[in-house]
Amino acid sequence: MSVMTSVLVLAQAQPAQPAKIEAPPIGAIWPILIVLGAACLSVLFEALLPRHLRWPAQVALALLTLAAAAVKLVTYVSDAPAAGETAMFGTLAVDRPTLFLWGTLLALTLGAVLLIADRSVEPGGAFVASAAIRPGTVQDRAQVASTGMQTEVFPLTLFALGGMMTFCAANDLLTMFVALEVLSLPLYLMCGLARRRRLLSQESAVKYFLLGAFASAFFLYGVALLYGYAGSVRLSDIAASAAGSDRSDTLLFAGMGLLVVGLLFKASVGPFHTWTPDVYQGAPTPVTAFMAACTKVAAFGGILRVLQVAFGSTQWEWRGVLWGVAIVSMLIGAVLGLTQTDVKRMIAYSSVAHAGFLLIGAIALTDKGLSGTLFYLLTYGFTTLAAFGVISLVRDSSGEATHLSQWAGLAKRSPLVAGVFTFLLLALAGIPLTSGFVGKFVVFQAAVASGMAPLVVIALIASAVAAFFYLRVIVLMYFSEPAADGPSVTVPGAFTTAAITLGVIVTLLLGVAPAFALDWAGSGVFAIH
Amino acid sequence: MTNPTSVSSAGSWLLAALLLLPLLGAVVVVALRGNDGTAKAAALGFSVVEFVLGLVAWFRFEPSGARLQQSFSFDWIPSFGVHISFAVDGIALVMIAVIGLLVPLVIGAGWADKLPEGRSKGGFFALILLEQALTVGVFAATDVFLFYVLFEIMLIPMYFLIGSYGGQRRQYAAVKFFLYSFLGGLIMLASVIGCYVMAGNELGKGTFDWATLVQVVHDAPLSTQIWLFFGFFIAFAVKAPLVPLHTWLPDATAEAPIGVAVLLVGILDKVGTFGFLRYLLPMFPDASRKLAPLVLVLAVAGIIYGAMLATGQRDMKRFLAYVSIAHFGFIALGIFAFSSQSLTGSVTYMVNHSIATGMLILVVGMVIARGGSTRVADYGGMAKLTPVLAALFLIAGLSSLSLPGTSSFVSEFLVLVGSFPNAPVYTIIGTVGMIFAALYVLWLYQRVMQGPLRGNALVGAAGGPGTMVDPEVGAKRAIGDLSGREKLVLAPLVLLIVGLGIFPKPVLDIVTPAVNATMCQAALVDPVQAVQSGERQLQCR
Repeated sequence: MSVMTSVLVLAQAQPAQPAKIEAPPIGAIWPILIVLGAACLSVLFEALLPRHLRWPAQVALALLTLAAAAVKLVTYVSDAPAAGETAMFGTLAVDRPTLFLWGTLLALTLGAVLLIADRSVEPGGAFVASAAIRPGTVQDRAQVASTGMQTEVFPLTLFALGGMMTFCAANDLLTMFVALEVLSLPLYLMCGLARRRRLLSQESAVKYFLLGAFASAFFLYGVALLYGYAGSVRLSDIAASAAGSDRSDTLLFAGMGLLVVGLLFKASVGPFHTWTPDVYQGAPTPVTAFMAACTKVAAFGGILRVLQVAFGSTQWEWRGVLWGVAIVSMLIGAVLGLTQTDVKRMIAYSSVAHAGFLLIGAIALTDKGLSGTLFYLLTYGFTTLAAFGVISLVRDSSGEATHLSQWAGLAKRSPLVAGVFTFLLLALAGIPLTSGFVGKFVVFQAAVASGMAPLVVIALIASAVAAFFYLRVIVLMYFSEPAADGPSVTVPGAFTTAAITLGVIVTLLLGVAPAFALDWAGSGVFAIH
Repeated sequence: MTNPTSVSSAGSWLLAALLLLPLLGAVVVVALRGNDGTAKAAALGFSVVEFVLGLVAWFRFEPSGARLQQSFSFDWIPSFGVHISFAVDGIALVMIAVIGLLVPLVIGAGWADKLPEGRSKGGFFALILLEQALTVGVFAATDVFLFYVLFEIMLIPMYFLIGSYGGQRRQYAAVKFFLYSFLGGLIMLASVIGCYVMAGNELGKGTFDWATLVQVVHDAPLSTQIWLFFGFFIAFAVKAPLVPLHTWLPDATAEAPIGVAVLLVGILDKVGTFGFLRYLLPMFPDASRKLAPLVLVLAVAGIIYGAMLATGQRDMKRFLAYVSIAHFGFIALGIFAFSSQSLTGSVTYMVNHSIATGMLILVVGMVIARGGSTRVADYGGMAKLTPVLAALFLIAGLSSLSLPGTSSFVSEFLVLVGSFPNAPVYTIIGTVGMIFAALYVLWLYQRVMQGPLRGNALVGAAGGPGTMVDPEVGAKRAIGDLSGREKLVLAPLVLLIVGLGIFPKPVLDIVTPAVNATMCQAALVDPVQAVQSGERQLQCR
């Protein structure tokens, strides 16, 4: 229907021109093509290069890829149409939010790649020398001592990044599903690659895979029902069908419900968060950082687009349900976070609480809500990335010392690391002059403006509760006596230092002078094609 | 009467210097922290220069001029209409001057304190200077967003001051202090956003400018005002502290080092009562009037409750906290009794309380430093050993109970006289608090200072091994009277207590225009004027 009208409009606009088939414009999607192409090249590196050359080649390729994609992105942004355009026969929508999300993803992946590439904090890197070795065997003990690593983690990272970028831009649900799988499958594998505590790592990979498969099934079932309702998987077609039709709403809302469950799972919004703590804890810390920062960005990019473009017109029917989900997520994150004794699990629950805050921005369904949520994603990604970078530095003889009791008195032994981590925790808590506060502020302000004041009050109370567990870590680090056999802080190599510095600088910059990033985030809305 | 939101930017460099100097000082002192001596000297130097600057700002201030003076402003986040803008009115100015006065005294009083192991004097004084910069900012901010930011940020140095340098249970006290204030602040944030969104709806573009927000919000419907009022009120009532939200203060005061306790009670808590005056009354006049009985009940409850608990305290530092809770009750009573006398009384109370209670805390700190115990029962007859300390203890105590002739009497009298016409019952109950005040102060003085020499802290009995006991007086050798430094610290406070008690005009002159402007913004009618002129409304230009 809408296709026909648009054809008609075209025909009226250019009556004299003969119909001509244009080549699909690919200028807009160069960043994706670069990332996916480099991922394929990276696989070839694994197959063809001798072992000792792989790590340098892969690191160089990954960094070059990110730089090239960023350059293409920047050159495209300068003369991109303000309203956005579609590419690949309408399956990808490249509009302002997409470009912002791409930029965010590329920058965050840069940080994550730096953490992944680091081989000085843990000699040989955080990844297993050979994933096929069974945990606990003699060979396993030998690989812990060796300095080899499975460099397959680099192509996997690039594929995941390509999937995430496609996911944010997907203009129809099938593309979105394919992108979802492309981003998820590498992540499942990457979770199982930890060099130490391999059982925990493999358990987390299996758990993530099984639950992720369920979520994908939900998503796909939802797509099927929506196709049955609208006769199309295009987001704009679903919106058009929902706006003016006397078709049964059952299909629409059943389909939407299943679809959203799949999305909320990926974004680790409570009560669909159950994988989060286990996976965050078990996965190698650089992968956790990548997952926590980038998956959240991609998943919320998808949620924003689906809710605004496809279901914006029916918001009065479903918004109440998502109110409830946001409240549950914030409360689960804040309350269960209080009881955690492991730093990585604590940040995992914090991410569940943050997902609740993000969802508030996403269901505001206004331009302010969109730009606020985008900005929040940017701030949260960098803060959490740097936080995991710091976590990877605190180690004892058996690897990372993630139990909270081991962090006691850290400030005495390494004031700098404790200071940086305190700053990041304050940012997660949303203290002013950090990016976390500005992010919360823009999201809550959009929510109040669209009539969700009660939800904002609940969110603020949840923030206060969550502040307690961040504070607890600060208290431990500064005011407690260090344990006698406590962990030591590794002096990070250049890569990890660069990643943490990046995260901290962005967190501070966006807290003190956020105006430019707010302008970027608010420069346009979703294109509806 | 001047326009309640008029602004003048003359002398703005002064205010900028007042804000930046302590920051600079903090950086310098941190850099020098390797050497205790130079760090201490630098901290004292910066704080004294800041005090002088504060005096200059005081004399440059024109009471008959614009409401907000020495203002400056520039963009911070243009897309949200956030500015970095500062200015002072009379109320803010006197508070900034009090900060300038107390910080050098606190540094002087903490000159020789023993800090917990591994902490440096430089770090301690740098945090104090940082706290000073932030509190000056809170009083001077004229952008509500900026105010909120500073309101929250100022918790962090205080958190570390209590948590790193405090007593036995300092972790608990620091976290409790932080969480109470942070939660209050977050609830205020909801109201700040609410006001911003209202401004956006009404003006087309949101703003955080205080004067503009007052215009937009002050004639909102009563129900909206009440919601927004509560957001701000809870934050300020935690800070001030009013009774059900006060429980963090005794813990924080008891665990904080003595100088930090002075800053906490003398300055940080005043942000709450300052917020009542600067934000609640002008922005939500209808809600303020509607909810005044609630606040008055809390205020009077605070007066009586604080006084009763102060009387029964066995720990001297907790005693100080409860005394302050009672005094904050008086300040809140004066503010919500809505007459120009009572408001003026409350503002001067804020100043005099900082001076009198600040001195009382310092004196008690000197007692504790000598005896090494905070328990009242460990002392007795100390006046025999330390006559000068005892005399100053008495002066601080008498000022705390508002003896005529001390500065506190002026303000307490103004509060009670001004409150009576509008809130007679509350005022009468509040006056009972004065009787309690005499009881708790004099009884404490009697137990610690008078009578025969006794108590484990003073007599050698329970002193640890190595305690030297002077055979002639039977007391520990280490206990001597005030040193020259300590006398120098207390002297300015004594002078001010007596001076402002006899001649309070300098303070009254500065604050009266701001008080009148606040009355006028809140559309409050002075009972006296209403009778004289028969008008229902003050005329504001």
